[in-house]
Amino acid sequence: MSKLQVSLYRYNPETDSAPYMEEFQVDTQGRDLMVLDVLHLVKEQDNGLAYRRSCREGVCGSDGMNMNGKNGLACITPLSEVVKKGKLTLRPLPGLPVIRDLVVDMGLFYKQYERIQPYLQNDQPAPAIERLQSPEERDKLDGLYECILCACCSTACPSFWWNPDKFVGPAGLLQAYRFLADSRDEATRERLAELEDPFSVFRCRGIMNCVAVCPKGLNPTRAIGKIREMLLANAT
Amino acid sequence: MVTNVTNFGRSGLSDWLVQRVSAIILALYSLFIVGYLLLHPGLDYMTWNGLFAQTWMRIFSLLAFVSLAAHAWVGLWTVTTDYLKPTGIRIATQTVIILAIFVFLVWGIQVLWGA
Repeated sequence: MSKLQVSLYRYNPETDSAPYMEEFQVDTQGRDLMVLDVLHLVKEQDNGLAYRRSCREGVCGSDGMNMNGKNGLACITPLSEVVKKGKLTLRPLPGLPVIRDLVVDMGLFYKQYERIQPYLQNDQPAPAIERLQSPEERDKLDGLYECILCACCSTACPSFWWNPDKFVGPAGLLQAYRFLADSRDEATRERLAELEDPFSVFRCRGIMNCVAVCPKGLNPTRAIGKIREMLLANAT
Repeated sequence: MVTNVTNFGRSGLSDWLVQRVSAIILALYSLFIVGYLLLHPGLDYMTWNGLFAQTWMRIFSLLAFVSLAAHAWVGLWTVTTDYLKPTGIRIATQTVIILAIFVFLVWGIQVLWGA
């Protein structure tokens, strides 16, 4: 009774003309394993299987994948949370080009992240020790800085699927707001000017898939709303 | 910055604002028309004609038509840029949409102020 049926997305561009689903039987010995542990057990059966993993505790963001239809981190998702009718279906993150099996090309995702200039911009001479913030100013960064760039949110977003070259996506926009909200950053005007076109921010339709899947419990939709408020306040 | 020439206001912010303000106007107009129909169960042509003979009703209706035109353009522009990837098909579709919106708008004005 402890056999779990695992359906895996397989694709090796060197040998396969098209992707296909492959079935595996995994003996979980009745334990409520994490999905990543199940992948290790599958890899024992077929060591050609490719997936990314590193810290195996939800910090590095390497093993984002689609588990029974929902994006998440395999390492912190227990089977009891995702398995339906004894079956687990694993696919790569949707919307990005597949390199092999569960490994996707994150190039577009990183390009959008780079576009929002994810670093503090301040031309004032640096103080001897550090740029100080009041506790209230620091509080504004909570819920923003914790993002680990696993791409679960952006690849769950239809707007990002259709326009990954123009729409920044929830992950990038959460980081955009992280620097817009930072009291030490002086590039607010330039940052907003880069975002007011019809795609970068405004392609968000507020369906909140990003909020539903974020493994860190963050809320990109709220950050996008705050960016809209700032754009509005700046332009009217 | 991502550039564009075919959207309504040449800026995502203005499109977004137009979409929301026009939605409010359309909601008020729809509520008014539905309310009017409910309050006049035995509505005849003379009463209906009398309503639209008043200047404020014509202005309100024209405002709703203009809102509908802007709302439709912003919304359908978004749909075409999401789903129509070949440039030729996309521009052709956008042209048909904007022409149709223009025709309907002028037609609406004629209905309101025509003989």
